[in-house]
Amino acid sequence: MDISPCFFYLFAGLAIAGSLFVILKKNPVSSAFSLILVFFSFAGIYALLDAHLVAAIQILVYAGAIMVLFIFVIMLLNSDVVSLDIARAGKIYRLLAVAAGALGLCVFVWAFRHNPPPKFTGNFTIDRIEAAGGNTRVISEMMFSEYILPFELTSVVLLVAIVGAVAIARRKPSQNESGGHNA
Amino acid sequence: MPKVEPWVILSFCSMIFFIGFVGLLIRRNILIVLMSIELMLNAVNLSFVTFSKQLAHPGGQMSVFFIITVAAAESAVGLGLLIAMFRTLRSVDTDDIRMLKE
Repeated sequence: MDISPCFFYLFAGLAIAGSLFVILKKNPVSSAFSLILVFFSFAGIYALLDAHLVAAIQILVYAGAIMVLFIFVIMLLNSDVVSLDIARAGKIYRLLAVAAGALGLCVFVWAFRHNPPPKFTGNFTIDRIEAAGGNTRVISEMMFSEYILPFELTSVVLLVAIVGAVAIARRKPSQNESGGHNA
Repeated sequence: MPKVEPWVILSFCSMIFFIGFVGLLIRRNILIVLMSIELMLNAVNLSFVTFSKQLAHPGGQMSVFFIITVAAAESAVGLGLLIAMFRTLRSVDTDDIRMLKE
């Protein structure tokens, strides 16, 4: 693929280091900031792969909204007890988890390496996307014509998530009068 | 200039995916578990975009939008559950969730 190897390996290295920090740091705030680094590296790789709208959405939604939500919850909980949960997991369990991850990774890499790419190719090459008005225009026209039903269904998903999150996280008015299901 | 082969990018995606997977298995803090799930979702998004570029069809990028929507909804509901759990148990540790065992 005709992308710059220098920038790809830079962003890939940053993303791998950041995600290792995410799962190995004791403090949740450090993990959250490492995760922001991972999201920005991913946005860089999306931009390298000519997915400019996805790169912008990645920064807006992930680094802008989801991470703010995470950090807000960390601040809200204010649990400055640093949990030593990795050490508590047990050495055999940790070894098994890492072995399972490494085995799965080997299987995936082997499959990607030794299988030819699919023969089907669409007709949206870079030149034709440029001629049709750019990545954002092509994606938007597709979203509002061919993918209109999933697009409308995402609004239902978001509505259900809003109602569910409010219903779960809301403070109960009183333990006595709030039904018998949480006695 | 050497080119980056598609399988290198896909292997990078699976590496991030399995880092998130291992994090999901070894951590007991629910915040970190949710972050690991976000890592796995991001890795899948990147593989969608790679295939979209490789196959010259924007359908992969379209899927990324729907996955991002579901991820946002999932983290909102997950963090709501986390707050509800912290309110009752005063802890964010998955080992403390054992009300069904007692």
